[in-house]
Amino acid sequence: MESYLVDITLILDSTVRLAVPLILACLAGLYSERAGIVDIGLEGKLLAGAFAAASMSAVTGSAWLGLLAGIGAALMFSGIHGLASINFKGNQTISGVALNFLAAGLTTFLGQSWFKRGGYTPQLSGDQRFNPITLPFAEQLREVPILGQIYFELISGHNIITYFAFIAVPVTAWVLFRTRFGLRLRAVGENPKAIDTAGISVTRLRYQALIITAVLVGIGGAYLSIAQSAGFNNNMSAGRGYIALAALIFAKWRPGPALLVCLMFGFLDAVQFRIQGQVFPIIGEVPVQAIQALPYILTVILLAGFIGRAVAPKASGIPYTKER
Amino acid sequence: MTSLHPTNAQRSEGTAAAPLAIELVGINKHFGPVHANRDIHLAIRRGTVHGIVGENGAGKSTLMSILYGFYTADSGEIRVNGTPAHITDSRHALALGIGMVHQHFMLVDNFSVLENVVLGAEDSAFLAPTLNKARTQLKALARDYGLEVDPDAIIENLSVGQQQRVEILKALYRGAETLILDEPTGVLTPDEADHLFRILGKLREEGKTIILITHKLREIMAITDEVSVMRQGAMVKTLNTKETSPGELAELMVGRRVLLRVEKGPASPGKVLLDVEDLVVTDDFKVPRVKGVSFQVRAGEIVGIAGVAGNGQSELLESIAGMRDQLLGTIRLNGEVLSLEGDDGAARARAAGLAHVPEDRLRMGLVTTFSEWENSILGYQHSYGSGAGLDIAKARATAEEYIKKFDIRPPNLDLKTANFSGGNQQKIVLAREMERNPDVLIVGQPTRGVDIGAIEFIHNQIIKMRDAGKAILLVSVELDEIRSLADRILVIFDGKIVGEADPATADETELGLLMTGSHAGDVGTVSEPGTLAPHETPVQQTLTQMSPQDNSGKDPNQ
Repeated sequence: MESYLVDITLILDSTVRLAVPLILACLAGLYSERAGIVDIGLEGKLLAGAFAAASMSAVTGSAWLGLLAGIGAALMFSGIHGLASINFKGNQTISGVALNFLAAGLTTFLGQSWFKRGGYTPQLSGDQRFNPITLPFAEQLREVPILGQIYFELISGHNIITYFAFIAVPVTAWVLFRTRFGLRLRAVGENPKAIDTAGISVTRLRYQALIITAVLVGIGGAYLSIAQSAGFNNNMSAGRGYIALAALIFAKWRPGPALLVCLMFGFLDAVQFRIQGQVFPIIGEVPVQAIQALPYILTVILLAGFIGRAVAPKASGIPYTKER
Repeated sequence: MTSLHPTNAQRSEGTAAAPLAIELVGINKHFGPVHANRDIHLAIRRGTVHGIVGENGAGKSTLMSILYGFYTADSGEIRVNGTPAHITDSRHALALGIGMVHQHFMLVDNFSVLENVVLGAEDSAFLAPTLNKARTQLKALARDYGLEVDPDAIIENLSVGQQQRVEILKALYRGAETLILDEPTGVLTPDEADHLFRILGKLREEGKTIILITHKLREIMAITDEVSVMRQGAMVKTLNTKETSPGELAELMVGRRVLLRVEKGPASPGKVLLDVEDLVVTDDFKVPRVKGVSFQVRAGEIVGIAGVAGNGQSELLESIAGMRDQLLGTIRLNGEVLSLEGDDGAARARAAGLAHVPEDRLRMGLVTTFSEWENSILGYQHSYGSGAGLDIAKARATAEEYIKKFDIRPPNLDLKTANFSGGNQQKIVLAREMERNPDVLIVGQPTRGVDIGAIEFIHNQIIKMRDAGKAILLVSVELDEIRSLADRILVIFDGKIVGEADPATADETELGLLMTGSHAGDVGTVSEPGTLAPHETPVQQTLTQMSPQDNSGKDPNQ
């Protein structure tokens, strides 16, 4: 009994850890898609953010500077995306895909030429990483059955980015639905003409959204390389940017459901690690690849018809042109 | 309180001395090589309804967009309440008290009414105080002007008329003193148009200035105090409405004399070409919309189907054209039974000699992203070239010929169809369908959204077809059009033919009653509770006969 509880807590604990980059990337995508910009480049930004954070942290020894570098890299990518899709009214999907390629190539190339470790950045330790924080009274409450245990294992002991990610969800909901900025952001993604005729700059609003997107996804990237792991390795985002986009669709572009969906994907990921190598009755040992494919298969099945109609913001993906 | 609809005589006493709300002096605007506005001078008196008429492309909308700050004029001056104003963007225009109700609403469909009203006019970074204030204010506006809308309703669940009210509320909430309405009735049903004009009357009573852009002369005659006519980017003339006539305005708009009535000789009907028997057709939701309709159309006659939009006309047309499967009944073309079941029904109907000018040219008649010549052969493409190949030279020659014959402007067969005006788009469809020499032509709403000049041309083409011995079935919600074109009128109500009339002798009131489902003699009964009694005032009488766009297809729950 006791060991089951421990097992569950451990799975949930790693659920949280694995969900954090998804949550950040998903919220990032939410801001930009709500503003009418499809951001398939989340994957690339995540990767670029991770690389920049790890590199900066390795060189300066400060995780915080690493975080800033991660955000900076994502901002740069967002800037290119904005230029292509807002100013030059290019195709947003193509621009995003291009950024993904750019990120994959650039991180490997720069990593190799800077650190000469086959794309890996140096191993980080101590202040070069965001280390777990023990919340007040966690040690004291550790012995309290169940609740204390949950508090110690599940709620306490995460790094600061994790807490930030979870706080970002209600804040996003509040910004989106309770503030002037949120109202305009939602409007510009639905009907930019309504915004334009109200005398508000569509371009400005969309850039603002892209900046928020970059900050969030940059933090998500930094989490991958300097919080969850101790360094950058090739393609370490591993499709999380795409999964985040899928989660966004599941969640129908709403922050609360986005959190739940990301946690679900995180849970699947966690379970996948746990059941690797285990022998099941009848089936025997499930190949690792099959288990790893699980989140993706689920995404396809659920997207194919179990979540009802997910209607994207109407102007999503369409560059705004003031017409004659 | 004064009467809701003061007569023109009562009004003009006040208007003569009224100060100017807006004055435009020497406005010029170019779009590339196009001179959209040439040296426009216009004075609009405060507290009046000022009409601006002109054909599509005459520069009305451009002029208003300049006034509203959506474009900036190349030269010229705008004076608001006597003070020169350099209006740089729409927010600036709003600050000067100029509000615009666009033809295509600028609303966010999944926002509530309240959110739409405050969008861009929020008082602070947090929404709650603004929303509360707006809620109170909307209540007051609703009370003062009859602009009732549920503030918490989501826009996409509202009818088109209600959405328009939200647009007006948006402008009033921002403190607009001058309201510009761009083709406001184009999308409204007659009832909604009625309601709108009552609202405009109230706004005028309260001292607001209204600029009404339209190409419907009836509206101009019914509600405006003064009217300005534009043609080809220039301001032709400003007139006192009560001193002018639709004929004079039409002539000024087009630049030549326009016959508002069609001239045609008597019909000489021959043998039956189209025979419809006990037709039953359902809509997309399996609800019967045509409920046992039988009629015949003979060679050399035009049969008009009159009715209020949404009484089964669309389904009737689509069924005969082979676009919609019939549930029961028989359609005979030239004596042969036409089997129209299946997806290629329309192609078989065409092959049998039935041409169809659909009600909605943009949705059914044209692929607007295709060029003119491609649209000119659409549906008949199999007769151009053999096998998989397309004889482009032949197709282009056909398009060239149509352009000449139908005076399609601009005469550019490579231009995307979307870039033609409504009238010219309609001509492209008509040319395609008429020039294939069909036995039977069925036409839905031939002049919806079409300029006066083009209307005349289209009507004459239809008459020509008739005189060439074709059978023509005409469906229109515009009673005037039916009356002037048709040789026989059938009235449709609730999917059934409820009466037949001779256009020469038919009484308008009687037809109106038939169209609303009241039997002849039942004068005074109203079709539904809550609607206006017919012919309450002369204004409303004219308004109810105006052509609404068919909103019946819009699913309010989408």
